[in-house]
Amino acid sequence: MRNAVVIPIFTLLVLSGILGLYLWQIGTGQKSLNYLPSALIDKPAPKFILPPINNDGEGFSTEMLYGKISLVNIWASWCIPCRAEHPFLMELARNGFTIYGINYKDEPKNADRFLQVLGNPYLAVGADSSGLTSIDWGVYGYPETFIIDRRGYIRYRHVGPISATDLSNKILPILRRLKN
Amino acid sequence: MIAETGQFTLALALIIAVVQGTLPLAGAVQNNSRLMALGSSSATSLFFCVLASFGCLIIAFVVSDFSVFNVVQNSHTNKPMIYKISGVWGNHEGSMLLWVTILTLFGASVAVFGKNLPDSLRATVLSIQGLLSASFIAFILFASNPFLRLDPAPLEGQGLNPILQDPGLAFHPPFLYIGYVGFSIVFSFAVAALIEGKVDPAWARWVRTWTLAAWCSLTIGIALGSWWAYYELGWGGWWFWDPVENASLIPWLIGTALLHSAIVVEKRDALKSWTILLAILTFSMSLLGTFLVRSGILTSVHTFATDPERGVFILILLILISGSALILYAFRASSIRTGGFFSPISREAALIFNNLLLTTGAAVVLLGTLYPLFLDALYGAKVSVGPPFYNATFLPIMAPVLVACVIGSMLSWKRGDLAGVFGRLKAAIIVTLVVVFIITLLNGSSDFLVALALGVAAWIIIGTLVQVSERLNLLNIPLYKSVYRAKNLPRAFWGMVVAHSALGILVIGITISSAWRVEQIQLMKSGDKISAGGYTLTFSGTIPISGPNYTGIQGKFKVERNGEEVTVLKPEKRSYPAEKNQTTEAGILSTISGDLYTVLGEMSDNEEWSTRIYFNPMVNWIWIGAFLMAFGGLISLTDRRLRFGIWQRFSKKFVRKAV
Repeated sequence: MRNAVVIPIFTLLVLSGILGLYLWQIGTGQKSLNYLPSALIDKPAPKFILPPINNDGEGFSTEMLYGKISLVNIWASWCIPCRAEHPFLMELARNGFTIYGINYKDEPKNADRFLQVLGNPYLAVGADSSGLTSIDWGVYGYPETFIIDRRGYIRYRHVGPISATDLSNKILPILRRLKN
Repeated sequence: MIAETGQFTLALALIIAVVQGTLPLAGAVQNNSRLMALGSSSATSLFFCVLASFGCLIIAFVVSDFSVFNVVQNSHTNKPMIYKISGVWGNHEGSMLLWVTILTLFGASVAVFGKNLPDSLRATVLSIQGLLSASFIAFILFASNPFLRLDPAPLEGQGLNPILQDPGLAFHPPFLYIGYVGFSIVFSFAVAALIEGKVDPAWARWVRTWTLAAWCSLTIGIALGSWWAYYELGWGGWWFWDPVENASLIPWLIGTALLHSAIVVEKRDALKSWTILLAILTFSMSLLGTFLVRSGILTSVHTFATDPERGVFILILLILISGSALILYAFRASSIRTGGFFSPISREAALIFNNLLLTTGAAVVLLGTLYPLFLDALYGAKVSVGPPFYNATFLPIMAPVLVACVIGSMLSWKRGDLAGVFGRLKAAIIVTLVVVFIITLLNGSSDFLVALALGVAAWIIIGTLVQVSERLNLLNIPLYKSVYRAKNLPRAFWGMVVAHSALGILVIGITISSAWRVEQIQLMKSGDKISAGGYTLTFSGTIPISGPNYTGIQGKFKVERNGEEVTVLKPEKRSYPAEKNQTTEAGILSTISGDLYTVLGEMSDNEEWSTRIYFNPMVNWIWIGAFLMAFGGLISLTDRRLRFGIWQRFSKKFVRKAV
């Protein structure tokens, strides 16, 4: 019986060791519970052609992603976090980064008003009124932002609104790295 | 003032708990009866201090004192009173305080009801209980203080998460905690036995009583939680293998094993050190469950907040408590003398079989729960372990337990006669085979596993009834004599009968509701008809509604069966402005043969609503089974031999008064 107790003690040690390691990783910011990997990382962006929001302009399609580094932001006027991240998208656009928008299941009227009031950071916006294109992108919640390289490959996925720290610690470093 | 009183009484409680945790133990070691006597008085005063502190927090919630941070975060003036109160334990800090309140309540009840225990055993048990209380009170005071003030105080609170505003959930945490924490007493008794180096019948009786009580409560807590998930989350399912559900299932499984092995200690004086180990493991798993929920380390519906610091604190407590108990066990277990030899075919052996499978099952669930976390910690890979894993591993381990529970309870102690038992079970064998045959015949071989599972359910129920009829000698002697016998059978036997049959009912509910469930998702306009489970539903559009702290939309389905109107189901979508959150309220027609379950989805263009209609056949049998199982435990608790000590005390008092 004395030997048998080695098993629970050993289990306890291993268990608490790994749990402790995990807590430490979360505490120091190496791991995040909100981090969701994308199965599409380092794969080509899905093929799609989306119409423009109000039947004016050219819409947004896969072809437009080739040749330059860009961000693809999935948003909607009804989505409150999208409003929160909007100033950061504006800032990125002011600094010369290319941002495309996929407008998810939205009223064209509301989407237009959103851009008129808050500003339009997008080079082009496609209206995904059925939501099918967002499914192809593997979108999990709104907003989401993808970084696409020159070949049209997805290099990074950001779930949820972009915050100031996300911008300086994640998005900008990746954009800079891709540029070089 | 209220918050400061609460904090002060809690700090006072910490001091008392430290006293309770050290002096009575020292007294037991030195055989000093005055120090030992300190255990009882400190345990009761500790309880009243913690209760006062908990009461202060409740008052702060009831009067909506928004200068208390915890109240701001979890309450709102518009909330109905019951949810103001349940909001106290609907958050991390408050639920930890409830945890400690129950912990000290149990310590106090050992002090009050434990007069028949040997002095040194009682003192040691109370000391260990005191140490446990001290650790958790320190955790509350230093890492999750519910009485933090907020200055300036806001005018309104942020409200409780609306999915938690539900009667089922108001009572789910208290029951679950009584279960979790109830095992702390068993743990204290186990450690005390290791310190004392002996296990006597009084010990076994206490351990069995507390295990039963904690187990009943845990069963009810889990059932309430699953019932809530079923009607509130609107997914139509009742068990999702969610990490936190698993965290309650693991102690339940080991606790079930403990429940059975404690019988062997009590009746046969065997399996002592194994029972002590199980007692330590059960409470360790309760702590692990608390850790998983409280640290927010696993993302789930229960995650309140991710706070690594708190996680570290509970993890350290877990290591200290379980680690020291296990090390003590390693050194002292061999000093506990085990008597009572038995052959491989005997009730003892059957209970060992039950124990091994239940603990293996618990280990599998533990592995499945923690595997994603381990993988992420070590390799940074994200995976999720879902129902297919548990169906492939957990169910095959549980199946033999179900089959064996009938046989085991019919074997005699020491040396059983397996062939004889099968002979006595002829009726059950026949019924089982008929059930399997008929269901395969009706549904084809694709449903063979379903047929098998229902056969197992029939086996358990009929097999258990066979035992009843044997004990009553039904049909052989006149009925009135059988009734007389029934009255004289031990309550523990009736408890076993109810709990085992309930297990059969549970298996029926689980099998049929998951195998023959009907699910329909469609767009419906007002006037559209749809049929499910023999009912015809007519959708008659939606109306806006408003409640005390929410507004929403209510759909209407007229439900007809054979052309006659049965009821009108009104599923709702509610939106809670204070909490900025939405909930789905399913409209459910609940009958014993199945539930008609309607959920209102989104409105699409041209006034069409997406609706989900489920027919969940016999799903209620799951909760009926679970509650009956707990009821069986309660019957067993009233057994004469378990209340003997209390009865003796009362009768003594009575005699003294009479004289």
